Amino acid sequence: MDETRAASSAGPLPRLRGRVGEGEATGAGASGAPSPPSPASGGGSAPSSASTHTESTESVTTPPKVELRDVGLRYFGREGETEALKDISLAIAPGEFVAVIGQSGCGKSTLLSLISGILRPTSGAVLVDGKPVTGPSRKVGYMLQQDYLFEWRSILENTLLGAEIQGLDMGKARERAAALLTRYGLGQFLHHRPRQLSGGMRQRVALARTLVTEPDIVLLDEPFSALDSQTRLALADEVAEILRRERKTAILVTHDIGEAISMAERIVVLSRRPGRVKSDRPIRFATADGTRPAPFAARNRPEFNGYFNTLWQELEVHVEG
Amino acid sequence: MSKVETAMAAPAPQEGASPEYLDWLRRERRSRLSVRGTQLALLLVFLVLWELLPRAQIVNPLFTSYPSALWPTFLDLLKTTPQQASILTHTWSTVLATVIGFTAAMIIGTVIAAALWWWQALYRVLDPYLVVANAMPKTAFVPIFYIWLGATLSIYGMSLAISLFVTILMIYNGFQGTDANKIKLAQTFGARKGQILAKVVLPGSVPTLIAALKVNVGLSLVGVVVGEFQSANLGLGYLIQYGSQIFKLNIVMTAITILAIVSSVMYLAISWLEAAVMRRR
Repeated sequence: MDETRAASSAGPLPRLRGRVGEGEATGAGASGAPSPPSPASGGGSAPSSASTHTESTESVTTPPKVELRDVGLRYFGREGETEALKDISLAIAPGEFVAVIGQSGCGKSTLLSLISGILRPTSGAVLVDGKPVTGPSRKVGYMLQQDYLFEWRSILENTLLGAEIQGLDMGKARERAAALLTRYGLGQFLHHRPRQLSGGMRQRVALARTLVTEPDIVLLDEPFSALDSQTRLALADEVAEILRRERKTAILVTHDIGEAISMAERIVVLSRRPGRVKSDRPIRFATADGTRPAPFAARNRPEFNGYFNTLWQELEVHVEG
Repeated sequence: MSKVETAMAAPAPQEGASPEYLDWLRRERRSRLSVRGTQLALLLVFLVLWELLPRAQIVNPLFTSYPSALWPTFLDLLKTTPQQASILTHTWSTVLATVIGFTAAMIIGTVIAAALWWWQALYRVLDPYLVVANAMPKTAFVPIFYIWLGATLSIYGMSLAISLFVTILMIYNGFQGTDANKIKLAQTFGARKGQILAKVVLPGSVPTLIAALKVNVGLSLVGVVVGEFQSANLGLGYLIQYGSQIFKLNIVMTAITILAIVSSVMYLAISWLEAAVMRRR
């Protein structure tokens, strides 16, 4: 219901101090000028973008950033074993923004845990940059469902958690953290405590915490699910813009169809447990200049509803009773 | 943003507060004062009864002494003293043993709790023994400790024994209760077990550590006094034992009153510490 309402509503774009608008302008200019048609410029022209390889079965030009080969995962418990994922094969190109959708319990989050290296597959292989994942790596950043900010640390200290754990140069990390927080409109809150911030602000701190360690790949596990619907829409715009501008490879897990269509350039649908790839399709919006519309604007495009209905049917959503 | 606004909002009395709000503040203040007043009145009633009942020969003054006798006894104990030690020395001896006792219990307890957290199998093996050790009446060991450890060490030993097991169990439960998602967050950055302990579990358990400390202060004092009954020639426990043997209830009651003051002061100190720590969160 939520998605349908959000899809048809043509209300004003909720902005956070106009930074979304500014970012869009500079971001488009920056990614357009210096880098020619590299697939890394996710927001770039749709036809030449990385998503083409999903339809063409012939050899992929760039080696995939993330690859899953026949991955299966089973959880073991005293009551028995649960097959969470089965025969998952996926290849994600550098700079691609992929959304994975599926019903709750279909193993979406497990998929991210496998890519991040905090879980090992029971069968198959997970590769990042062509190398098997053996544990958490600096290349992969993971944004969880909630911010999980530590109440005993200030905002700046929270942002530095990953840098501390990974033993990075703390002087540089501190500068980077302060710069990120300032860019996200939190410059005056560096020394505040988490409880003094609203939900949306806290989730932006979590994003900064993920990006301070400069990962190439960002995993997003329903990062907006704990937020109210206005904040969620505004933050989706911001996050998509930030990740595109920084050319991150992004994998977004969500059960919100509208969020997936509006943010990602490719959507993978997982079946019910055990999760398998049910469909894998590019999401394209025809625009005059070839750039991808920002998520909120994308919701008002004519293509949006078409994608929405197709995906809705694939998900086989029905109320259990 | 609303949370920020509340955080930044000035405390109670703003200008232009409505008369209803001022009225509410007044009622709040009155109810606070009446609680304090009642507390004070209760204490007074207790002291007056303690003074008057023996004087009226309703209870035998030999058994209870009087509140009015406490101060003179205290002054007296400053000069003419059992064991050539002034009452201040006795008090200091008890306080020191208590501080050593709960400090040791906190340190050893935290280390053992961390070890149990680190090696889950160890916890699963030791769990029933810890529970039984915690439920045991440790004071039963006072005579044995005296034999094993000698006069002085047996007091520290009892103080430690009485507070250690509850500390281990409380702190372990605190460690175990750490939000699994916070640990997962650290793991996504590649944190090793030691880093998870140092950066997530320990700092997240500070409230539990303080709660354990609160419990320990009282328990350690019990351990010390009971230990002193058996073996000491110094300390408030010794004074109580000595006073009761020679039937000088003045000495006993003075020592007990000092114990009450000592435990109140230690409790206040920890409450202050707790407030200081919580303000930082």
